[in-house]
Formats: sequence, C-alpha cells, structure tokens
Amino acid sequence: MLQTTPAPLFAPHIQGGVQPMLAIRDLHAAYGQSEVLHGLDITVAPAEIVAVMGRNGMGKSTLMKTLMGIVPVKSGSIAVDGTPVAALKSHQRVAQGLAYVPQGRMIFSAMTVQENIETGLTVTNERRVPGDLYEMFPVLLEMKGRRGGNLSGGQQQQLAIARALASRPKVLLLDEPTEGIQPSIIREMGRTLKKIRDARGLSIVVSEQVLSFALDVADRVLVIENGHIVHESLRADIDEAKVARFLSV
Amino acid sequence: MFGDYSLTDLSSIFVMQGFAGLILFSVYTLMALGLAIIFGQMGVINMAHGEFMILGAYVTYLCSGFFQTHLPALFPAYFFVAMALAFIASGALGMLVEWALIRHLYKRPLDTLLATWGLSLILQQTYRTIFGAREVGVELPAWLIGSVQVTDSIEIPINGMFVMAITTLITIGVALLMYRSRFGAQVRAVVQNRPMAGAVGIDTERVDRLTFGLGCGIAGIAGSAFTMVGSTGPTSGQLYIVDTFLIVVFGGAASLLGTIASAFSISQTQSTLEFFLSGSTAKVITLLAVVGILMLRPQGLFTLKVRR
Repeated sequence: MLQTTPAPLFAPHIQGGVQPMLAIRDLHAAYGQSEVLHGLDITVAPAEIVAVMGRNGMGKSTLMKTLMGIVPVKSGSIAVDGTPVAALKSHQRVAQGLAYVPQGRMIFSAMTVQENIETGLTVTNERRVPGDLYEMFPVLLEMKGRRGGNLSGGQQQQLAIARALASRPKVLLLDEPTEGIQPSIIREMGRTLKKIRDARGLSIVVSEQVLSFALDVADRVLVIENGHIVHESLRADIDEAKVARFLSV
Repeated sequence: MFGDYSLTDLSSIFVMQGFAGLILFSVYTLMALGLAIIFGQMGVINMAHGEFMILGAYVTYLCSGFFQTHLPALFPAYFFVAMALAFIASGALGMLVEWALIRHLYKRPLDTLLATWGLSLILQQTYRTIFGAREVGVELPAWLIGSVQVTDSIEIPINGMFVMAITTLITIGVALLMYRSRFGAQVRAVVQNRPMAGAVGIDTERVDRLTFGLGCGIAGIAGSAFTMVGSTGPTSGQLYIVDTFLIVVFGGAASLLGTIASAFSISQTQSTLEFFLSGSTAKVITLLAVVGILMLRPQGLFTLKVRR
C-alpha cells in the first residue's frame, strides 16, 4: 500500500488519518551505559513494508532487538496497533502482535522443522501448524521431520519466517534476512514477503544493507546512522544515489 | 579373585549382584533424570539435588509413620501416596528455590554451584534440626518384603523389582513429556536459545520454574525409592550427588538416552566389582574407567548429530 500523500519527515505519527500499526516515539536504548539508539521516531501504517537501511554498527539490529524486548528500552514508547508494549516482556509483545525473524535465523537447531513452527503457536493456543504456512513454504512440509540445524541457510530463513508467522502477527520484524542467502533465493524471498503482506495485511519492518532488495520490497525506506534516522523517502521518489552514499563505507 | 568360586556360584553371584546393581541403577536413573533436566537442559549446577532427594525420603518416612498410627488399614498402599507427596513437596520447594535464588543466576552458571551448595548446607541443617541427626528407616508394607526364589542360589528381592517398575514408568513419562508434549518442546526451545524462545512467544520464566520444579520433583521420587534400599539421614544425599553428576556428564548432557545408558553402566560396574573387591576399590576402578572414556569422548556417550 503506497501512501498517496508523502509522509512528513520524522515523527509522522498519524498518516492519512489511519491509526498506525506500529508507532515508535523518541526511543532510546542502551547496552549498559552505552546508548545506541538516540531517540527514534518511526511510524508504520497497516500493510506497509518499511526498510530500515544502514551500515554495520549503526543500530539496525539494536532497533529490532529493542522492539522485541531483548534489549531493554531506556526511554520512549512503542505501540502496536495502539497498545503500548515498551514495558512488556518479549512473549507478551508476541501476544500483542509482534513477530521477529532475527539476524542469523536463530532457529532451534536440535528441534524438528515442525516443532520449530509449533513454538510459534504458543500465544495462539492452536494445536496444529496451519496449512497455509506449509502452502507458502512447501519445502518445509517436505522437511518437517528433519532437525532445523540440518537445513540449508535459505531453508532455515523460510523456517524462521514461518515460525514468526505462526503467531499470527500484526507486525513482522525481519533483521537482515538476505544475509548469507544466494541471490535467486533473495528474489524469491522478496516475492514471498509481498505475498504475505497482501494475503494477511500485516505490516513489515525489514532491516537491510542490500539496496536492491530494499527497493524491491519496501514501500518506504529509512536510513539509520549512529542511532538517528537521517533520511526517509517513499520508494516512488527515492534518490538511489543518495541512499547508496549512506550505505557505502 | 574368581578362583574360589565354582562356575554356578559365579553365575549366581553375577545375577544377584547384577540385580542389586539394577536397584542402584533405578535410584541413580531417577536422580540423574532430574539432574539431567536441570543441569543438561538449564545449565544450572544444582549441588542441592541430593537434599531434594532426601526431602522425598523424609516425606516417605513421615507418611509411613502417619499411615501406621492413623490409617493402618491403608498401610499396604501408603507407598503410592508417599511418592506423590514426595514429588509435590520436592517440586514445590524446587519452584520456590528457582524463584528466590536460581533465576537471578542464569547468566552466571558457575555461581549456581556456590549458591546451591550453600542451599544444600542449609537444607542439611534443617533436616538435622527437624528430624535429628540419627538416620531413620521406613516400615515397608508386607507385600514389598521378601524375595522371589528363582533357582536354588538366586533370590530376587520384591522391593527391588518394585523400584525398577516405578523407575521405568517415570522414565517413560519424562521421555514422553520432553519429546512428545508441547511443554517439552517449549523447554527444549528455551534451553537452546532463551531470548529467541521469548521472541517466539514462550513465557521463558514460567518454563524455567516448571522445569526446575519437575527436576526436583523427580529427585523427590528418587528419595522415596531410596528409602527401600537405604536409611535416611540429613547427609545421605551427599553420597549420591557426585555419582549423579558423573552419570549426567558421562551420558552426554541433554540426552535422556545417554543418561540412562550411563547410569546403567556405572551402577552395574560398581555393584559387580563391589562383591569381589572392597567398596572403595570398586569406586576407584569405576571412576578411572569413566575418566578414561571421557578423555576419549569429552562430549559424553550420546550426542545429537546436528549442525550447530
């Protein structure tokens, strides 16, 4: 869903009168004494795909972990579909509609593919893996009895996405999903993400270093640098050269 | 050392010592199951595990006394009640300890060793204050006393068979719980990656508490079984804790099958050698063998074949 009116730069809390699916305000986060995020404001509309770009060490993963409750929030607020979640524990945030595909996949390697997906069902109280997940990722059905650790990188990425989707999220967070994945699979993943968005109407926040992938999937691109958002533009009117300059080392 | 015995004697000795070893195996297995869950799965070194076992033994002792004086008609069945109560008492104490102590130490696994050692001293002194320093024994119901005469020279005690049956049932129950139930899947997920388990929606604190309680509860049942083969004193648990750790490490942490196989081999070696040599020499030989094997296979007997 592309906005017709370009969002104002920074802190666009309400876009076109729609309640945002994810609203982050003045978010500060720190590892101990060392502050990494210095007051981020990000708003994501329902069924919008936002790419957060930036070089290594600029705070992309920290942002994802802070949203998920793995890194504590120092100050600021996070709201999912209007519900504040910044004070909640990780599993309570999942129940509120956040789901997370971490960098490096982090699947449970000693558990089977099916058991991995079932861990995502905890907050929904469903007993069985919904069939549409296997329809989306047929390779997982084929491998459902295998241990997760014995899958290839691309298959593990699909498993991590399926596990996140099993909790029926409103907002899906993906941290560098293209890392270590071969190019043909990256293109396939872009198609899958858009398909999921269209089918379920969920919002997606994806952190990325690969500009082509971000331009392929995202409706809007943010650039994060040293814990601040320094650039924001809709895909339609993005200045590729400018964003690429932010990403070059 | 075998020279003085005839061949029939020797085979009888091996069968009966083998059976005595099986009773030891049962107690070891129950102890090690609880420890394997707590140490193997959660990485907590629980030095107080023996005291949780002894709590189960004291609960059994109290039950035996209570049924004798107040409910003599039901005395034959008291053991089942005692085991259930032992499980509940040790499990509840385990959950309390997890909440008050252990959960603050998950990021410092070595400190759990010190903290639980202190806890074990506290518990020992508590038992000494409440039950006295003298060891106590339980009265067994009549149907558990005696033995089955298999051949002229082989006798198999009934209480031993009972302990083994209980152990088998509990082992199967734990295996089903860990590998077939949703709770088991959650436990394994938390064990492999605590932050990630939280991020898929698992309440990791609740899982930790229940897992710790379960491990301690099984130790309580081990204590209940223990009363049939030994007498209970405040420090009886100490005798078993080192052996049990050895079993868990030897079997390969996080592998239930490995734990059982290692409990079997260690208890059988121990029991058979004990008959021919002194108890301490038998222990030395067992330990030497275990140390030797662990040098060749540091990961233990059984490991999962999976990419890390």
